[in-house]
Amino acid sequence: MIKKLRNLKLTPGLILRLVVGLVVLIYLGWRIYQTAFGEGTYGPDTWMRFLIAGLIVGGMYALIAIGYTLVYGTLFMINFAHGEVMMLGTYAGYFALEAFASLPAPTAADPNLNFLNAQPVIALILTFVAGAGVSALMGYLLEKIAYRPLRGAPRLVPLISAIGTSIFLQNAAQLLFGPQRRQYQNPDFLWRGTGWMIPVGGKDVMLTYTGLFSFVLSILLMVGLFILVRRTKLGKSMRAVAENKQAAALMGIDVDSVISKTFIISGILAGSAGVMWGIHNGLFNHYVGFIPGIKAFTAAVLGGIGNIPGAMLGGMLLGLLESLGPALLGLDFQLKDVIAFTILILVLIFRPSGLLGEALSEEKV
Amino acid sequence: MLKVNELNVSYGAIHALKGISFDLQEDEIVALIGANGAGKSTTLNTISGIMRPDSGSVVFEEEDISQTSPAQIVGKGIVQVPEGRKIFARMSVLENLEMGAYTLRDKDVIKAHMAEVFEVFPRLEERQKQLGGTLSGGEQQMLAIGRALMASPRLLLLDEPSMGLAPILVEQIFEIIQKINAEGVSILLVEQNAQMALSIADRAYVLETGMVALSGKADALMENPEVQAAYLGG
Ligand SMILES: Nc1ncnc2c1ncn2[C@@H]1O[C@H](COP(=O)(O)OP(=O)(O)OP(=O)(O)O)[C@@H](O)[C@H]1O
Ligand SMILES: [Mg+2]
Repeated sequence: MIKKLRNLKLTPGLILRLVVGLVVLIYLGWRIYQTAFGEGTYGPDTWMRFLIAGLIVGGMYALIAIGYTLVYGTLFMINFAHGEVMMLGTYAGYFALEAFASLPAPTAADPNLNFLNAQPVIALILTFVAGAGVSALMGYLLEKIAYRPLRGAPRLVPLISAIGTSIFLQNAAQLLFGPQRRQYQNPDFLWRGTGWMIPVGGKDVMLTYTGLFSFVLSILLMVGLFILVRRTKLGKSMRAVAENKQAAALMGIDVDSVISKTFIISGILAGSAGVMWGIHNGLFNHYVGFIPGIKAFTAAVLGGIGNIPGAMLGGMLLGLLESLGPALLGLDFQLKDVIAFTILILVLIFRPSGLLGEALSEEKV
Repeated sequence: MLKVNELNVSYGAIHALKGISFDLQEDEIVALIGANGAGKSTTLNTISGIMRPDSGSVVFEEEDISQTSPAQIVGKGIVQVPEGRKIFARMSVLENLEMGAYTLRDKDVIKAHMAEVFEVFPRLEERQKQLGGTLSGGEQQMLAIGRALMASPRLLLLDEPSMGLAPILVEQIFEIIQKINAEGVSILLVEQNAQMALSIADRAYVLETGMVALSGKADALMENPEVQAAYLGG
């Protein structure tokens, strides 16, 4: 240990890391101390509220983060248009719900009933199919048009293409759908702002139906993805292509088609997250994919980019840190985005391989 | 069985194969030997369909496969064990073998092939749950060969199977190659270790900078003074 320390060379990079680390630690310690023992601290009900909010948004981040990680794992590029893939899913889900709401399905008891509330489960399933389907198609086209022709080019080139496509898609959506904010029309049983009351520390905390629904669905999707990647032939061929494209091709795996399917699966998850976002938060416009996109990218880096469990963990963790962070540090709640990006910078400085990145490189040997 | 005619292949401006021709009969072991950069791997990759020739043809059982997809070539029974093994390090031994059988659909057939592979390489059966990357070099080479056998090839292309292995392991691997050949699998063997390759091959071709410099019966080449000087260490 001491020998190790003696051998340590004080490079500028190390000094920077030490200084930044110390400053961050002191700041965090001081803020948390103030929150814990200072005046006007929060009650347990408020913490519970933050915790719930963090888990809900964390699930959505995780779904989007998986897309970054899957694509990075196979093509070693950051798909910066991934947030826009989600955004298109949000629009598709919105239009599906609008259509179902305006489709009359009168019954004797209620002549004004629409399809959305007559068959809410079917309507919701179709809404998710629409959102996930449009995003899957978008992911597929994105790879085919914007990335495939650049395969083999220096790594910066597809990155620039990704950023360009992202801006293009945002503007195209604004042109097509207008800049105004739209509001998701949920079926009655999923009305926003309604939920169960959970008593915590003598006060009631609401667990919204939309929140619980989103959280459960995101967990289910993650379990499904995990099984797909671990157990199915497609999942195994995706892992084989991610490891070595030439060897995969020599086994008779159609590498291009597996890459397309990777984008389709990423799109399905992002589109589902996009519809959840609309159902849970209500208002959105063509910028809806931007912030969740960068947050999910942060989550993927936090968990270790290229690592699927890492993306899930990173997403959940980021959701929680973002939601609990401002309160813990006694900051303004507007600063939660700053927390996310601070985490991104800190991870890049201290542990670029992310939380689970090490396990991955150990396995690689 | 396999006939390669006047093959020209390039990487951009680099002209790697300059009109290579050779052939391989059913049940033969044919060796391709030559120095680094002679074009041995390029030849195998062109046969496997992951490189496309500028001109010339690869004919397998009377059929030109030079424009056929790699997957279909595997389906026809030509399978390659690539240079440097290239096993899937983060997948288990079992999953690696499953990938070898990617073109097959029938679960029972896959199971039967796996049993055969485990018979050839009992070591792989013991290690089936282990990650490919944690195997020793020799075990990885066994896995690479086993993975190729999963597709039950009729022609096996081996790219430097002796690379990086201790002499005793090299001998083991070459014995196994002969055993596989005795089961009716034809073999195209690329080697830097000319001594070993010529000792098990029926015939051999010597490649030099993308061209066939010499060819003939393996034992005749072994006696050839040029070959001795250049590839057999005097
Ligand atoms: N991906 C590539 N891009 C450009 N040139 C390449 C590429 N791969 C091979 N070459 C060139 O093609 C020529 C033949 O290479 P090849 O790999 O076929 O040789 P080899 O006989 O297999 O050599 P070794 O014994 O070192 O494996 C060499 O000049 C090499 O530099
Ligand atoms: Mg080679």
